[in-house]
Amino acid sequence: MTTPMEVPLQSEPGTPAPSNGAGARQVDGRSATAPGLARSLARRALTVVAASAVIAFLVTGIYEDSFRNHLVYSLCIGFSCWFFIEVGRQTIFRWARRRALRRGAPRSMLPPFRWMLPWIVVSALLGYEIGMALGNALLGQKAPGLGMFATNPRALAVVLIITILTTLAMTFWWFARASLAESEARAEVAHRVASETQLKLLEAQLEPHMLFNTLANLRVLIAVDPERAQAMLDRLIAFLRTTLHASRADLQPLAEEFARVADYLALMAIRMGPRLEVKIDLPDDLRDLPVPPLLLQPLIENSIKHGLEPKVQGGCIEIAARRDADRLVLTVRDSGVGLSEQATTAGTRFGLGQVRQRLATLYAERAQVALEPANDADGGTIARIVLPLALPAAA
Amino acid sequence: MKAPVALIAEDEPLLALNLQQELAKAWPELAIGATVADGASAAQQALALRPDVCFLDIRMPGLSGLEAAQTMAEDWPADVPFPLLVFVTAYDQYAVQAFEAQAVDYLVKPLETNRLTACVRRLRKRLADRAPQAALQESVDQLRALLATSPGATAAIERTRAPRLEVIQASVGNTVHMVPIDDVLYFEAADKYVRVVTAEREHLIRIPLRELVPQLDAQQFWQVHRGLVVRARAIAAAQRDDSGKVFLTLRGRPERLTASRLYAHLFKGM
Repeated sequence: MTTPMEVPLQSEPGTPAPSNGAGARQVDGRSATAPGLARSLARRALTVVAASAVIAFLVTGIYEDSFRNHLVYSLCIGFSCWFFIEVGRQTIFRWARRRALRRGAPRSMLPPFRWMLPWIVVSALLGYEIGMALGNALLGQKAPGLGMFATNPRALAVVLIITILTTLAMTFWWFARASLAESEARAEVAHRVASETQLKLLEAQLEPHMLFNTLANLRVLIAVDPERAQAMLDRLIAFLRTTLHASRADLQPLAEEFARVADYLALMAIRMGPRLEVKIDLPDDLRDLPVPPLLLQPLIENSIKHGLEPKVQGGCIEIAARRDADRLVLTVRDSGVGLSEQATTAGTRFGLGQVRQRLATLYAERAQVALEPANDADGGTIARIVLPLALPAAA
Repeated sequence: MKAPVALIAEDEPLLALNLQQELAKAWPELAIGATVADGASAAQQALALRPDVCFLDIRMPGLSGLEAAQTMAEDWPADVPFPLLVFVTAYDQYAVQAFEAQAVDYLVKPLETNRLTACVRRLRKRLADRAPQAALQESVDQLRALLATSPGATAAIERTRAPRLEVIQASVGNTVHMVPIDDVLYFEAADKYVRVVTAEREHLIRIPLRELVPQLDAQQFWQVHRGLVVRARAIAAAQRDDSGKVFLTLRGRPERLTASRLYAHLFKGM
């Protein structure tokens, strides 16, 4: 009667430990390294040992029998419970992950806590029974297992309530800790990706070749036409300011975006002379719509660099915004050499990939960008961005 | 000695104007024979005007400055002194490194007066004591090295990445002829097309030669001219003439092909 009471109690400390270790390991990434895995297993085992020792000590104070014997039963049951919880957790985790993958990207690496609940109870009972048998075998004693509950229902009730409450409380605590760590890790990754994107964007904007060519033109213009030189310098300053600032700003009005596009194209028009014709069309009612900054810029640079610059006679670039039901459609159309010839100039897809990635981050699947040949007399290429009119989720 | 003549190839009008003005100050007796805005016109005008100096912007529509220089070197008549070449670039570290390595004259944009003056001094000296035949050979060697480093380097990288072409798909009307690459004797650029020549017949495909080349096995197919890639095993003999050109006779085809000066080094006795 004494020994059985002590044992179920001490099955609880074993159970919370697994979800702790498991949670930590998953946050690190599913493919934990072998030393990392060994460390986390050791940490969990140590928790089980410590908890078993504490319970064995308490129980020795209440019931007869030696501390040594209590400790043996404690450890046997603790480790059995841990084993069952771990097996169940892995199974539930795999199943939950497959299910999440079928429905889209999994948000969390942790199995849902509510699915663990019944299994924790089952684990406690199984762990108790097997741990008792193991303890009996080790000590050569014959303490009763679950079978004793048939003769003593009160003991059964006490054991079950204490076991389940303690197990749940501790498992939940560990689970909460692990999921907090996970969300922190996720936030850190998101932050790092954002910083890297901004840096790349900045590098792409301040392309040295463009900058030095513009400065070369400016240097000439100062002598030839100081007034135009000043105007060009103003454009360059506005362009630089936006590029440096916009990389940090989340959203800006569409009118602002078009103004910067106009700055950039004005610089290009001075450089390319009559080879570049620019048309910009922004309806008044769309001016205030918030859009991510410098979204059009990479597409316009592509048009210039891969479409119009390689074309001997130059051509026209048209930037337009249109409302299409509940969507905003932005187009960049050039009459350049066209997509089939662009394969010769490498790096065409970098700008497009950048835009696609930003849209995916901000709007998920609600926004698209596409590049296609313009199938009319002028030829060339059309890049089209489709955005929802509503604010992006991340804003 | 007659006044030296220069050709300026620069696609940005203000910069072309500026170079012209700066040259007028730094080198008053230099006459500007022509100012062009693309690579193909540069080569064409240079071959027509036969200037003493060519200022070639690297990034130009159509042909790059380097490709224009290649065209000039390949087609230049042997009895006329080859022009001194000065490449102009805004920002291209790789090109500048290559120019330094080959001791090729170059200018960076924005143009600095001091650097232009130094460049002009060097050009005048070289014009004064140049030997016609040696100048061409020197330029050919430099260009070969430049082509191997800058655009050639990217082509070499693409060569390792691009999937090997196994079959050429040449369409005539609504029929597509499948030509195994092993049957092809040579590829020849013809305006926007490439002629694909086999022992029996020839096909036209609409893909630039420079896009085709990375997809070919460089061991099997040798580039022997900017517009000609020949299967090495199909070449029966190579004969060099006085101008530095090399004439190739083929196995299985009656016509003779011409390898340019730039690739003449491929044909040497073992």
